[in-house]
Amino acid sequence: MSVSEQHLSFDHDRAGLLRRLGVFDWLYAVALLAGAVYAHRGYASLMDGYEIGTLYLTAAILIGLGWHWRGFRNLVIACAAASLLAVWLYQPAIEAIHAQGLYGREALAALASDPKHARFLFKYLISSQAAIMWMSALYFGATLVYFVALLSRSDFAGRTASALTWTATAMGIIGMLVRWRESYLIGADVGHIPVSNLYEVFVLFAIITALMYLYYEKRYRTRSLGAVVLLVISAAVGFLIWYDVSRGAGEIQPLIPALKSWWMKLHVPANFVGYGAFSLAAMVGIAYLVKARSGHAGEGRLPSLEVLDDVMYKAIALGFAFFTIATVLGAMWAAEAWGGYWSWDPKETWALIVWLNYAAWLHLRLTKGLRGKPLAWWAVIGLFVTLFAFLGVNMFLSGMHSYGGL
Amino acid sequence: MSQDTRPSPRPSAAPHRRGWLDFLGSMNLAIALLVVIAIASVIGTVLQQNQPYNGYREQYGPFWFEIFRSLGLYDVYGSAWFLLILGFLVLSTSACIWRNAPHMLRDMQSWRLGVRRKSLKLFHHHAEWVADNPPGELAPEAAGLLEKAGYRTRTRNAGDHVIVSGVRGAWNRAGYLFTHVSIVIICLGGLIDGNIGLHLRELTGSLVVQTRDMLLSEVPPESRLKPGTILSFRGNRSIPEGTATNVVTLQIRNGYVIQELPFAIRVRDFRVRYYSTGQPKSFETDLEIIDDRLKKPLRRTIRVNHPLTYRGYTIYQASFGDGGSVLKLTAWPLAGAQAGPDKALSSRKWVVSNKYPIETPRGRFTLEITDFRANNIFPVKDNRRPGGKRFEQWGPSVTYRLRNARGEANEYVNYMVPRRIKGRLYYVSGVRKSLDQQFRFWNIPADAQGTPGRFMRLRALVHDRRRMDVIVRRYTESVYGSAARIGKQRFAQRLKLNRAILARYLDGSLNQVFARMQRDLAGKPKRFEEVRKFYLGTLIELLKQAYLQVLASEGVNVSQGVTNAADRQFFVDAYEALSVLPRYDAPYYFQLSDFRLVEASGLQIARAPGKTLVYLGSLLLIIGVFVMFYIHYRRVWVHLQPRDDGKTGIVIAGTGTRNSIDFDREFERLVGQARKRL
Repeated sequence: MSVSEQHLSFDHDRAGLLRRLGVFDWLYAVALLAGAVYAHRGYASLMDGYEIGTLYLTAAILIGLGWHWRGFRNLVIACAAASLLAVWLYQPAIEAIHAQGLYGREALAALASDPKHARFLFKYLISSQAAIMWMSALYFGATLVYFVALLSRSDFAGRTASALTWTATAMGIIGMLVRWRESYLIGADVGHIPVSNLYEVFVLFAIITALMYLYYEKRYRTRSLGAVVLLVISAAVGFLIWYDVSRGAGEIQPLIPALKSWWMKLHVPANFVGYGAFSLAAMVGIAYLVKARSGHAGEGRLPSLEVLDDVMYKAIALGFAFFTIATVLGAMWAAEAWGGYWSWDPKETWALIVWLNYAAWLHLRLTKGLRGKPLAWWAVIGLFVTLFAFLGVNMFLSGMHSYGGL
Repeated sequence: MSQDTRPSPRPSAAPHRRGWLDFLGSMNLAIALLVVIAIASVIGTVLQQNQPYNGYREQYGPFWFEIFRSLGLYDVYGSAWFLLILGFLVLSTSACIWRNAPHMLRDMQSWRLGVRRKSLKLFHHHAEWVADNPPGELAPEAAGLLEKAGYRTRTRNAGDHVIVSGVRGAWNRAGYLFTHVSIVIICLGGLIDGNIGLHLRELTGSLVVQTRDMLLSEVPPESRLKPGTILSFRGNRSIPEGTATNVVTLQIRNGYVIQELPFAIRVRDFRVRYYSTGQPKSFETDLEIIDDRLKKPLRRTIRVNHPLTYRGYTIYQASFGDGGSVLKLTAWPLAGAQAGPDKALSSRKWVVSNKYPIETPRGRFTLEITDFRANNIFPVKDNRRPGGKRFEQWGPSVTYRLRNARGEANEYVNYMVPRRIKGRLYYVSGVRKSLDQQFRFWNIPADAQGTPGRFMRLRALVHDRRRMDVIVRRYTESVYGSAARIGKQRFAQRLKLNRAILARYLDGSLNQVFARMQRDLAGKPKRFEEVRKFYLGTLIELLKQAYLQVLASEGVNVSQGVTNAADRQFFVDAYEALSVLPRYDAPYYFQLSDFRLVEASGLQIARAPGKTLVYLGSLLLIIGVFVMFYIHYRRVWVHLQPRDDGKTGIVIAGTGTRNSIDFDREFERLVGQARKRL
């Protein structure tokens, strides 16, 4: 019975949302709102109207998602608790180091490495670099265990893989939040939300893609897609580690003037919901093609073709919606920073190409009613178009949007 | 009524007259257009747009240059063919809306109560069974059931049967309309803000694009646009601090026109703020708008991401440069026997962006001062640092060209502050023969006082024929003995050779001499190496003698040779610098000695009246996309037909816009509940 109840809880999103809310849901909402109000009251002088708007919008989105999806609510609570702990631990430690005449980057470095100051917790768990390393390791582990689960059809392995993915995601979010705090510890004028360079957005990409996957895992009650989807996350994490080790990309850098804008807080995350969803769709597309090819041999290992088709469509629809928002926000930002909402800059143009690509996909599917392999292939190819828009433009083309150079 | 029973109205199935409207509004054309635009857009990202035409010519050669030009590939997004494709997309979308909007709007309002039992049974989602109660009792039950599931319902008693029709998410249809109308709106807004107005003026000849550099006052009226003649534009202007302008330059392909503004902009101050690491943090300009409409000038500060919009014109901080800084340059001669700086040149004031004719030991030159920078911050690779690099401040620099009488010029960049390399100080000067080359740097060793003085004294001495001749003669005597001892002719030979070595060195052709010698002695590498060593040994001895004289003139005791390690090292550096001198190829080294900074703020001024329309369209697009994806359109009918035995035959059928798993499940659940309660 529990399965069908869960099933219903997702379907009755309209009729019974408010009725379904328990005391805990309300406490969650109140706590988030209180946090937003606290931040507003404490830091209003440092924020403009748009930023205050973004603050409350974030609280509203977290409340909405948390009410709709239990797992997400628990994630928010865990990440908030760990990050607050980190901030709370950082304060006296950093003050002690300041007292010795070390400031900014040096103070932070001393905190992490100098044996006099290095606390176990900082060095190995909650400093942003440590947390992000944990995230990386856990995603790799999760990928492996998902494969074990897929091949051995072990339910225990499946549940372990899910737990690893949840934990990795939590570590990633904690890493980002602590990094945000650390940027302010380096210098009040250096502080900024960690979505400003390639290193940071790769973490964001991994987190968002994983979260979307986890949502569909829950919704369709199948863990068999994990192995495929986590592959793309592992690839991103592999790149992240290479990028950090070989280029020292993990270092927090102050923002260049063009990025000093509240638009960044909206534009970048919206874009990465798009990128993440398109990647998810492409991986599901691969699963679809594998399943379609293997026929009966793959029976029971992957979800049915109908489910795969449905997840692929939903991911692309979600990605398309957010990519639309992100592109419009990008245009509005460009109108403030570059002197026009559209300049046919390579990044803008490639965003348009990605958009047109998925617009064509959606037309084929929704209006022409096309299904099956062609669309799966198209979704896979779409990943390469998306990848080029995301990375290739920065690597091979010149333009104004060169914030994440390699 | 047969039309009403279509499960989900497909535009392509609408029974319209075939014709151009059908073609334009067809889905195949739409998808083809989306793909074609995507592919065409790639061109403009691969081929850099709107660059100077000379660059393209060099890159692609004259043949391909012309072909690319005629295809409009240097400005793809403004080319006629690209705009034509975009126009087709707008037409296609409009045709699609024209064909589909009416029945979609009707569909949103319609309850479709006329649907036939037979048709319902043909639905993919349908079920039927027999219930005991009469239709009159079942109908409210069914309606309640649907309403509980979120459907709006309408019941009709048609006499021989009762039908309950439920609809949910009819707004999904509006999503279609919103998205497609929004594309048309956005394209219209873009059209207003595009440069079609400029192109038309150019085609009719009322606007002439200038390609030559000229003073603003010389630009003829046919290359000027009065305020308001074109709806939208994006222009640039660099305005020195303390000055004002009421025009901007619009770049068109490889030329420009002048756009006049209905007001003037004065730049009061421009500044760059830096982080403690040396990276720039903010570029800011204090502006003043001077307009007859204003009682007093409007003062505002703009910075990147924070433009000022005034009367529909938006003023952006786009770049910065020198606005005519005043410099003092110490002119160290690099030819002739004079060691100290040229007094007249060194006491002058030079203004950046100006050209000055000057007399030099090598004849008449033009000094063109092209740029001055108060700060030069370069990223330097440093693997010990996290991030793999650090930032180095090189301080102020001046960039200038020295053009000789034949019109040939080298470009130089001189840094004011001596740089410390391996613990020693050098004045650094870069030189390049043309703008597409990298600078090659010349390091002039600084003396104990931190000036290029000692090096310049050595330079003057080695260029002093008379004094060097004495040194060469004395050196030759010390090596071979006097003319009296070895014979006049032999001595003259030795002397001639030593003079030649020095002369070849000073005019930079010594390496050519070595190269020729290597060819001549091809079979005897050992011999060649001996001769080369001998030549270089002689040269260094001669230079050393000259250096000792310079040291002596400074009051250094040189009776035991050069005893001080620093002085010895100085000679090594000076020898290096002297060797580079012929390639440096300049009559003077202009040492930057003082400056008064005048900056210019590079402003971009744009007018885009279509922006409102574009934003409105974008909003509509976002709403439309969400409505379309997240409001699911579905209909469910419950058909209740009384049977002869007093029972009721129930047919329940439904349709969703997408036959997705969600609707499968929802329908299944509805049927399950209905079977229990009806």
